Amino acid sequence: MGYGVMRFSIYRYNPETDQAPYMQDYELETAPEMMLLDALEQLKVQDETLSFRRSCGEGVCGSDGVNINGRNGLACITALSSLTEPVEIRPMPGMPVIRDLIIDMAQFYHQYRSVKPYLIVHDPEPEVEFKQTPEERERLDGLYECILCGCCSMSCPSFWWNPDYFRGPAALLQAWRFLADSRDQATAERLEALDGTYRLFRCHTIMNCADVCPKGLNPTQAIGNIKKMMLTQLT
Amino acid sequence: MGDASVISGGFMSAITSSLRRRRFDSLVIGAGGGGLRAALQLARADATVAVVSKVFPTRSHTVAAQGGMNAALANVLPDNWHWHMYDTVKGSDYLGDQDAIEYMCRAASHLVVELEHIGVPFSRLDDGSIYQRPFGGQSQNFGGVQAARTCAAADRTGHAILHSLYQQNIRARTHFFDEYFALDFIKDDQGYILGALVLEIATGEPLLIEAKTTLLATGGVGQLFATNTNARINTGDGLAMSLRAGIPVQDMEFFQFHPTGIAGRGMLITEGARGEGGYLVNKDGERFMERYAPNAKDLASRDVVSRAIYMEVRDGRGCGPEGSYVHLKLDHLGSDVIKKRLPGIRETIKTFLGIDPINEVIPVYPTAHYTMGGIPTNRFGQVVMPIKKGAEEAVPGLYAAGECACVSVHGANRLGGNSLLDIVVFGRAAGNHIIEYLKEVRQHRPVDNESVEQAMARFLRWDARAQVEGQEETVDALRRSLQQVMEKYCGVFRDDTILTQGVEKVREIEARFQNVVLRDQSKCFNTARIEALELENLIDLGLATVISALARKESRGAHSRIDYPERDDLAWMKHSLYFKEEQRLEYKPVRTQPLTVDSFPPKKRVY
Repeated sequence: MGYGVMRFSIYRYNPETDQAPYMQDYELETAPEMMLLDALEQLKVQDETLSFRRSCGEGVCGSDGVNINGRNGLACITALSSLTEPVEIRPMPGMPVIRDLIIDMAQFYHQYRSVKPYLIVHDPEPEVEFKQTPEERERLDGLYECILCGCCSMSCPSFWWNPDYFRGPAALLQAWRFLADSRDQATAERLEALDGTYRLFRCHTIMNCADVCPKGLNPTQAIGNIKKMMLTQLT
Repeated sequence: MGDASVISGGFMSAITSSLRRRRFDSLVIGAGGGGLRAALQLARADATVAVVSKVFPTRSHTVAAQGGMNAALANVLPDNWHWHMYDTVKGSDYLGDQDAIEYMCRAASHLVVELEHIGVPFSRLDDGSIYQRPFGGQSQNFGGVQAARTCAAADRTGHAILHSLYQQNIRARTHFFDEYFALDFIKDDQGYILGALVLEIATGEPLLIEAKTTLLATGGVGQLFATNTNARINTGDGLAMSLRAGIPVQDMEFFQFHPTGIAGRGMLITEGARGEGGYLVNKDGERFMERYAPNAKDLASRDVVSRAIYMEVRDGRGCGPEGSYVHLKLDHLGSDVIKKRLPGIRETIKTFLGIDPINEVIPVYPTAHYTMGGIPTNRFGQVVMPIKKGAEEAVPGLYAAGECACVSVHGANRLGGNSLLDIVVFGRAAGNHIIEYLKEVRQHRPVDNESVEQAMARFLRWDARAQVEGQEETVDALRRSLQQVMEKYCGVFRDDTILTQGVEKVREIEARFQNVVLRDQSKCFNTARIEALELENLIDLGLATVISALARKESRGAHSRIDYPERDDLAWMKHSLYFKEEQRLEYKPVRTQPLTVDSFPPKKRVY
């Protein structure tokens, strides 16, 4: 597989012209080292109207999250050789589709902003850097690398059902990134802001998020850490 | 390239009068590190600021910067800003402006600390201070032993900085216009820049953003070349907007080829890999950099290392079945160093080559990477050009920062670790100058309708280009042609014959562009339309680059002429300025006088 002519079935929808979405079949001559993004770009040469987001092409900008054979991932680092045919490509589920593979991520970004994803320090700042031991810094590994592609939140049933109330795995990973940062001084307010039925506790440890994360991060574990911290700090 | 005549005057004024409009004190175009650092400065000063970006901010190309940001913190080895300044002047092959370089190197330590304070997760040393690694072209004591000046967050420093800057802008409540594409400036007959016409990509609707100041932070133009380390979005949009507005671009002949892109693919392998102890070998297993740079070896400047790789391959000592690349060796560093300091490139190498650098060598080749040239600015970020009173006159209301600008702190060759520094230093400097400007200029000047109509005409022209009789061109095919021409005729080594052909070929492409058709005429998130607009920008910048390169008859930094192998300070220690109108060149002197210290006079550049 992933060599010679490959078959693709791609979700198409242009609100200006289409009454309803449909799947369109394509065929493409492929080469062994090709990634899915290469294939999409070549298909766009055949059919200029096929629309998707992309930028860096190497898995660091987070633009090209799509649903590939039922699983969310980044097109640019998904090797064609790893895919069964016909390769079914859809927009990531759970958010409104703008066009073809492009979804409206406003809700996702809103949840991200809601967790105050920035370092909060109340004390005056020293003239030099805050000291942080290598061990303290290591606690941020597996957290700061998030690229906001949305693969996790868009594969989370709890986020599908409650995108307006549940923060979702991506935002909660960032909440933990700042709770875990030895420099941050807003622990209590961060935890209080996540208390309640929905924002944090809609996570039912289904673990789709950790399963699909293209960067190998583990939001479920971060959520568990927040819950543990709440138990020790808010009680 | 206009055929605005197809749209009647009455129709056009109806369109401009019904345009949606927004008003801000300041407009920032581009949401990479430079734009976001400026926006943060402005938002914190209570100016209203709109950031327009064609991608969601954290998708900007700053995110891909790996190795780090230079600052003489002296956390690992002795260091001071003056040594950093010397290295940068030397690295620039004496084409850098020494006032701006002094300003940048002096500001560096303070600004790294400031980034740390806003949350950037820098790697740490045992004493808790910021981790620093050696990088190319760094020395102690004005050309002495290797320095360790590059502050790093593993090998994801750009990602760490961009996300932190975006996060702080959320906190500062900056207005973001995500996925809006900037089309053209709006200016009046006095030459004031009054904002820009932008396109909302999701709806296909134009929007006029009026602003007292406009800052360009749109990045470089790596997509000029077939194989490059850059994101698809790096199409030089701000540079081309400036050219169309009559503003020149400076020093475009200097394009950096990074020594270690993955051969044939282009993905960047950070210089930090060599900073951590990696080195290059040819097919005989020889550590060949020892011959080209006996002292600095693999940590010579990028232009030097790239030429060395090119010559090894040319002389038959390349690796692989076709002898077409060299090897970067990291397999002696041990898995701890690679996992801790270079996790990002390990991931990339595993993904794209299916090998693990802990155990295997990496095929690398010089790859188009960085635009040293750009929109001419002074050290306050003001765009400057010859208007009436010399070459340094400010264009009122217009600023530029980062890779799209040419201050010039990089001159003919940028040092690794100086680009993240550049964006933060001059993003902030521009923000500060804008704050002062806003104190003087309290009111929005009236918008000139003619200027709006011109911008609209260029945009609407694509509606009329669903078909052209005769030879139809496609955006994709033409972009590929341009990229191949640039790679072949304007690469690491150049000469008169090659460049003359290059100019002709890019002019042919410019002519063929008239026949490009846009088959997708829809409005909703039409990425084909965006790619067409980007191609138009690329072509202008391709011309600027080859024409500037043909004219410069010397070898300096990244511009290596086989027919003029020496640097010629007498004739050529000057900046080139390319104007779109008549495709002509002018020159202006290098600013050799620093702010407070003695000038570093040009001398032979050895590593």
